[in-house]
Amino acid sequence: MEINVLAFGQVADITGKTSWKVPLVKTTNELNQQLIKSYPQLQSTTYLIAVNKKIIQESVELNTDDTVALLPPFSGG
Amino acid sequence: MSDQKKYQRYERQVILKNFGIQAQDKLFYAKILVIGAGGLGCPALQYLSAAGVGKIGIVDFDVVELTNLQRQTLYTVNDIGKPKAITAAEKLKLFNPETQYLVYQTKIEPKNALEIIEEYDLVIDGSDNFATRYLVNDACVLLHKPLVYGAILRYEGQVGVFNMPDKNSGYTANYRDLFPLPSNPATVPSCNEAGVLGVLPAIIGGFQAAEAIKICTGIGEPLCNKILSCNVLNNSFYEFNISPSKESSSYIPSTKEAFKNYNYEWFCSPGNPVNEITPAEFDDLRKREQLIIIDVREEDELPLVNEFRYTQIPLSRFKEAALEISTENKIVVFCKSGKRSVTAVNALLKKYPNIVAYSLKGGIDNWKMYEHSNLKNSSPIQL
Repeated sequence: MEINVLAFGQVADITGKTSWKVPLVKTTNELNQQLIKSYPQLQSTTYLIAVNKKIIQESVELNTDDTVALLPPFSGG
Repeated sequence: MSDQKKYQRYERQVILKNFGIQAQDKLFYAKILVIGAGGLGCPALQYLSAAGVGKIGIVDFDVVELTNLQRQTLYTVNDIGKPKAITAAEKLKLFNPETQYLVYQTKIEPKNALEIIEEYDLVIDGSDNFATRYLVNDACVLLHKPLVYGAILRYEGQVGVFNMPDKNSGYTANYRDLFPLPSNPATVPSCNEAGVLGVLPAIIGGFQAAEAIKICTGIGEPLCNKILSCNVLNNSFYEFNISPSKESSSYIPSTKEAFKNYNYEWFCSPGNPVNEITPAEFDDLRKREQLIIIDVREEDELPLVNEFRYTQIPLSRFKEAALEISTENKIVVFCKSGKRSVTAVNALLKKYPNIVAYSLKGGIDNWKMYEHSNLKNSSPIQL
């Protein structure tokens, strides 16, 4: 019972990895809180959350083997 | 021109299945605006010009610097110090004289954005800052123009298409549905600070050109309501699907009038406690009193400044060096665009809470533009 987490850009800088697994939690909010606990710098970082490639605006339920991606904004051109 | 001659140059794409003379004719009549002739803009411009796009607009107020050449392949060492937009157009005119090029040597701003964008079928965003990205996004939403978004940092890039319904859902999303409000700029590094692999913008800018060609000709499936993320270090691609949200669209100015009065620069630096001075205020202050002026750009950054005296302390060495700064006079810090100078002023204020220190708003680029504003003309130059 796990979920996959993918990190991009500055989020991956903070977490130190681009892809890993965590034990299943009930919602994206809960997962986000856990991530912030493990990586406090995430608190002051902007990123969007996508569950199975779909960008979400509000917390959604998570199921085993879901993939949660964390994408920060890039401004470079 | 005979038909045979007209299509000869484009034969390799005209013979493509699903492309043909029909798609080529659509490109001949296409009008595409490229905002920013930098890392993303250069490859996008080259391939749009090569493909035979009828009219290409180029917006950029910047000049070519040595550190641009690692990725901005339209420019040579002989172009250093020259304005990017016109230099790019001159090169493109040699590559493909059949295309009409319109050069806007100006900063895109709320007061000119709608007028410029209105002339085109589609916009490619190759800008390098959030204020311009939000501004271009909102302008394209108001004008219902498809926007091909692209952004890069270090080894990663993103590309996507906004304001264009996908075949299945019929809805349209935009940048505000990704990031409704800008994040604190201090937490998002720019390519100046964080670096970028030179070939990365070629990949993302190339993707943007491909999307623009697909949209103009009606072939394939454009990345509507999607963001494709690409990491060249591990060759991974990942697609994000965007849904429009009522909340995010409520942040977009609801009318053209409201848009023109929107301060995107301020909006993208929320909660900024640093005192900023405008170029006019800076000139006035320089006349009235002795100032300590500090340039926190890295060495060799352009434009050169010989209009007043200043000390150069690159931001990368600022923490150690700033200790030696005399704090009796008022301090004005500048950089290229006014972002790093805010960081430097913050560092100074932390160390010396009682000093008076300002950041030059919009950086030296903005000041130079203000100084030369009497000579400037915002209508495009045609090549």
